[in-house]
Amino acid sequence: MRNGKGSMNRRGFLKGAAVGAAAGAAALVAPRVGVPGSLASAAASAALPEPVRLTPAQTAELQARETAPLPPEQESLTVSDPGSDFMVDVLKTLNFEYIAANPASSARGLHESLDSYGGNKNPEWLTCCHEVIALNIANGYYAVEGRPMAVFTFVPAGLHNSLTAISGAYGANTPSYILVANIADAEQRRAQQDWGGHSMTDPAAIARPLLKWDDNPPALQHFAESAVRAYKIAMTEPRGPVLLVVDASLAELPIPDRSKLSIPKLTLTSPPAADPAAVAEVAKLLVAAENPLILAGDFARDEEGMKLMVELAETLQAPVQGGGRGMPNRHPLSGGGSVPSADVILGFNRGSMFTDLYRSTDQQLKTSVRRTRPVAKVITISADDLLLHGNYQHVGRFAEVDLSLTGDPQATLPSLIEACKKLITSDRRRVLEARGKKIAAETARRREELLTYCTYGWDASPISQPRLAMETWDVVKRKDWALVSRGHPLWNADKFYRRMGAAGGGGVGGALPISIGAALAHRKHGRLCVNFNPDGDMMFVPGALWSATHHRIPLLIIMENNRAYHQEVMHLQRIANRRQRGQDIAHRGASGTTITDPNIDFAQLARSMGAYAEGPITDPKDLRPALLRAVERVEKGEVALLDTVVQPR
Amino acid sequence: MNRFVRHRSVRIAAAGLMIAVALIVARLGAEAQTPGATPGAQTAPAGNTQNGKRIFASYGCFQCHGREAQGGIAGPRLGPNPVPFVAFSRYIRQPAGQMPPYTSKVVTDTELADIYAFLQSLPQPPKDIPLLNN
Ligand code: HEC
Ligand SMILES: Cc1ncc(C[n+]2csc(CCOP(=O)(O)OP(=O)(O)O)c2C)c(N)n1
Ligand SMILES: [Mg+2]
Repeated sequence: MRNGKGSMNRRGFLKGAAVGAAAGAAALVAPRVGVPGSLASAAASAALPEPVRLTPAQTAELQARETAPLPPEQESLTVSDPGSDFMVDVLKTLNFEYIAANPASSARGLHESLDSYGGNKNPEWLTCCHEVIALNIANGYYAVEGRPMAVFTFVPAGLHNSLTAISGAYGANTPSYILVANIADAEQRRAQQDWGGHSMTDPAAIARPLLKWDDNPPALQHFAESAVRAYKIAMTEPRGPVLLVVDASLAELPIPDRSKLSIPKLTLTSPPAADPAAVAEVAKLLVAAENPLILAGDFARDEEGMKLMVELAETLQAPVQGGGRGMPNRHPLSGGGSVPSADVILGFNRGSMFTDLYRSTDQQLKTSVRRTRPVAKVITISADDLLLHGNYQHVGRFAEVDLSLTGDPQATLPSLIEACKKLITSDRRRVLEARGKKIAAETARRREELLTYCTYGWDASPISQPRLAMETWDVVKRKDWALVSRGHPLWNADKFYRRMGAAGGGGVGGALPISIGAALAHRKHGRLCVNFNPDGDMMFVPGALWSATHHRIPLLIIMENNRAYHQEVMHLQRIANRRQRGQDIAHRGASGTTITDPNIDFAQLARSMGAYAEGPITDPKDLRPALLRAVERVEKGEVALLDTVVQPR
Repeated sequence: MNRFVRHRSVRIAAAGLMIAVALIVARLGAEAQTPGATPGAQTAPAGNTQNGKRIFASYGCFQCHGREAQGGIAGPRLGPNPVPFVAFSRYIRQPAGQMPPYTSKVVTDTELADIYAFLQSLPQPPKDIPLLNN
């Protein structure tokens, strides 16, 4: 197996030299390397101006050595058809645009194939300064693009580094496509580096509690099938991260027989819609309800999801709370209604709904009181129960509901809308329309209240969060903008792509790389991407900025710099108050919670990695001109960061 | 797509935030209009505005209510025109929601009066802000 077709081995090279030797002894100067003992020095000195004449015996000995069998490591020094070239063929059929990674030697086989054989295109390598950045850039990309970006890490260290982001992917149902390099065969490991540093018995075990599926293919055909299967499984609802081990020997050794290899066709699985009989039951409840309320999580996969949610809301003239990018936030039915007044509550991809249905307080004695009307019927539609891992508690506290449908919410919408429409008589329609008008008036009033709320602290320094949001809005609103972070409710998110889908970074440090991955997905559409990024988050993985500048990913980053881990500041205050000793916490700056002394110069940090940056900006009057300058840079394709110092929350 | 931990680093959708703020606004409306409550200015003890401003920061009120008591997503607006003093002090001592309690060991009655004076002294917000008209 070692001898690949057409590989130029050492013996062949020496044969050529030997032919030369027959033409003249001086030709023996060529193969200096590997010629031992006195012969070597004789041959070496042949390179000097005075050629050395070998005795016939020396010539014979040299020729005998040249034709003697060589040890295997000298036998096969090159390979022309490495396994990883085939792996690249497989990845290309999956149509990955990018592969996010930090390089490592156990991955060098595939890395080189991606670069030379694959032409560093589809997928193109994104250089990431930490594996958690790679994973989260991919998570953010998916949240906009709707399909995965490949990620590469080595084991154990690289995969360990990426775990936080994999947990975020698991929690947000992101189909991360993770390739990890391993060297299974002891003989293929470099004795010094590879045992501890690059090899594991079962690499996926590190991440398995978070994975939807993984495999460790021992042969190339198996790799092809598992690579396609991994993609399919990751993308089947409910989606989740998958991992494939790339064995370094498989990648670096030649392909035994390419004609025997084939790459299976990828066929994605259609999402499961809920049981039609149960859907009919839900429709009955919804149409008969006096005060229905739709509570939606992030459910929409595409523009169609948004259209369907609007259609359901309008069919029922029912208010929708939440819904993320699946519900335009300025729709008259968006944000209306309330849990305590509803008689039918439809939870749409909303988890256990405990936090919706109960009012809980974080006091010394924790209490949770159900806030629904006694008559209220609660319905849930989600596919959550189909993908759960025991060690993670994303399930939320158990809440009693009346009807629970397992099914993909978006896939269930068409039949639910249809079933509702069938039940709505013209009399009922008139009632619903009157209700819709009331809800529209209510949401308009809430918006007015919010506008008034925003006027307080308008001129404050540090800058108030609404001021920051609205100054930014005024500069971006006439452009084709997209938010790649949390935004503000007063922005008009009229299109599906204005906001991204659920993306879990797995904790603090996720926001920046997620926004970069999301901005990368928007780049081909030329959209102006805006990320409001907290300071503590940025300091976890500031190196992500460099990936953005290096790969020319246009992005406007506006710091929510409150110079603190402010959430933790509030927690310490809360606990101290309970113990009746909280008075000077904020005054002295509770240990471990502030990010001052020295203040971080985020503008300088960003500039050091090639971004355009300004700040710190503390006076709200300075915002507009800075925003205009920054947006101009972003529109030219740059990364621009404004270090804006803001009110705590 | 709904299981992700809702904390700071996970970006929440704009609509969700609107509801959070709307709820705060709505609750405030309800609490501020407690029937029979005497207007604050009439019953509030005289307080030291400067000291109130200082304590508002050093005792941590700003963390949730903003440095100018303007409110945010972690706590409602408190001033200007605070709720009547009786309701104000009762709430701080025995909050019914998420706010941590401040007993008299932490904030004395005199200090509460100072904070109240500070809240009363806050300027009215600007009117007709063009940026809020769209
Ligand atoms: C950790 C956050 C936090 C801190 C610190 C905090 N509050 Fe609050 N406060 C809240 C929240 C949240 C509410 C809304 C009601 C609730 O959920 O308890 C509130 C409500 C209030 C109310 C009732 C307002 C109304 O309209 O009814 C008053 C008064 C108040 N806070 C004053 C203060 C003062 C004064 C301080 C400092 C001594 C303070 N708070 C510190 C979170 C906080
Ligand atoms: C990986 C990780 N480490 C720590 C935490 C705990 N934590 C939650 S919020 C928070 C503060 C984050 O600070 P910042 O990003 O500046 O946001 P702020 O709270 O100041 O608005 C911390 C440390 C976490 N959620 N994830
Ligand atoms: Mg912060």
